[in-house]
Amino acid sequence: MVSEAVAEVARPRTTDLREERVWRVLRSVMDPEIPVVSVVDLGIVRYVRCAEGQLRVGITPTYSGCPATEVIQRSIHNALARHGMKDVIVETVLSPPWSSDWLSEEGRRKLEAFGICPPVARGAKVTCPRCGSHDAECLSEFGSTPCKAHYRCSDCLEPFDVFKCI
Amino acid sequence: MTSAASAPEARSPSAESRFQYVLRLADTSLVLGQRLGEWVGHAPALEEDLALANIALDLIGQARLLLGYAGEIEGRGRDEDALAFLRDAPEFRNASLAEQPNGDFGQTIVRQCLIDAWQLELYEALSGSSDARLAEVAAKTVKETRYHLRFSTGWLVRLGDGTAESHARAQQALDALWRFTDELITPDALDEEMAAAGIGPSLTALRPRWEQRIAAVLEEATLKRPAASRYPWQGKRGVHTEHLGHMLGEMQHLARTFPGATW
Repeated sequence: MVSEAVAEVARPRTTDLREERVWRVLRSVMDPEIPVVSVVDLGIVRYVRCAEGQLRVGITPTYSGCPATEVIQRSIHNALARHGMKDVIVETVLSPPWSSDWLSEEGRRKLEAFGICPPVARGAKVTCPRCGSHDAECLSEFGSTPCKAHYRCSDCLEPFDVFKCI
Repeated sequence: MTSAASAPEARSPSAESRFQYVLRLADTSLVLGQRLGEWVGHAPALEEDLALANIALDLIGQARLLLGYAGEIEGRGRDEDALAFLRDAPEFRNASLAEQPNGDFGQTIVRQCLIDAWQLELYEALSGSSDARLAEVAAKTVKETRYHLRFSTGWLVRLGDGTAESHARAQQALDALWRFTDELITPDALDEEMAAAGIGPSLTALRPRWEQRIAAVLEEATLKRPAASRYPWQGKRGVHTEHLGHMLGEMQHLARTFPGATW
């Protein structure tokens, strides 16, 4: 699912100690709506860069109007400040637009364990996170947050969320 | 996609032209987003309530990005909030269709489908804009608009090809709103200036693609395409129907009553 180009950005391969420390802190910053996946799992951290002593973190919004974006930006600031990194610039990157393909493998596993079916390619079957059935119907492509669709399992009849493909 | 990108180097449009053009894009999304927001808590079912709110959020998010950019082009220190909340109706540049009242659910869906199909064509073309900022906002918008169009198309087919009552209401809404569509697909001088500079798409080239999409949906929905009508409204040039002023009265009330309020 994770394309190579993305894996390269999402996975820190730096020897710079400050950048490495930032990545470590970012792995502890959770999405406010889905508190089991970190911003790194979500694939919204585009880079951590240190140029001329200035650290910069680039994050990309999942959806243009996602209200969590600003909360996430603040959480990143606060988390870094708690670790003594007060002067990091957190900036928004729009291009290339975020894709659900950028979710890490670990992020997909965490979603499933949390009761949210990870994104599946269009036309492929979703899996009910409660009973494992592949027999489910889409109630709405717009769920409780912009990034999720609403399904109902036809076997156990429980409703569940599916992380949308975008 | 090629229409916007392939235009040769032309005289670069003035900042005022670019400002006005970006406002057209931003205001159509903002006004439509505000209209959809009026449904929250009132939609026919919870799923539709959530869907309309989600689409409204996308549209307002797009509008924020575009208004912020418009403010930078203008260079007079107006940010997204100043542009959204402190302009009067004649300064808005949205397409008149976006400001039309919600009516019943059928009318909201007809309005949405007509605009979604247009925005999809528009933003696909804008992804290849010579203006890098517009191109990146457009690339993000296209992904979201595909979801919007699937929703509005699905509902329009269900309503049109549904009961006698839902069919009649959908047709009535289509007949009432069709006169506002001409503005979307007929270029004026500013649209042409932007197309020549490779910033915006040629609306003349976009028109048949939009018409084709709509024709296919209407056929599946068993609805009749109304006769062409050249209605004089030109929201994109600031000439609005009376509905916009009322809508802004509500939308801007808080920001104007308590200037600079935050929470």
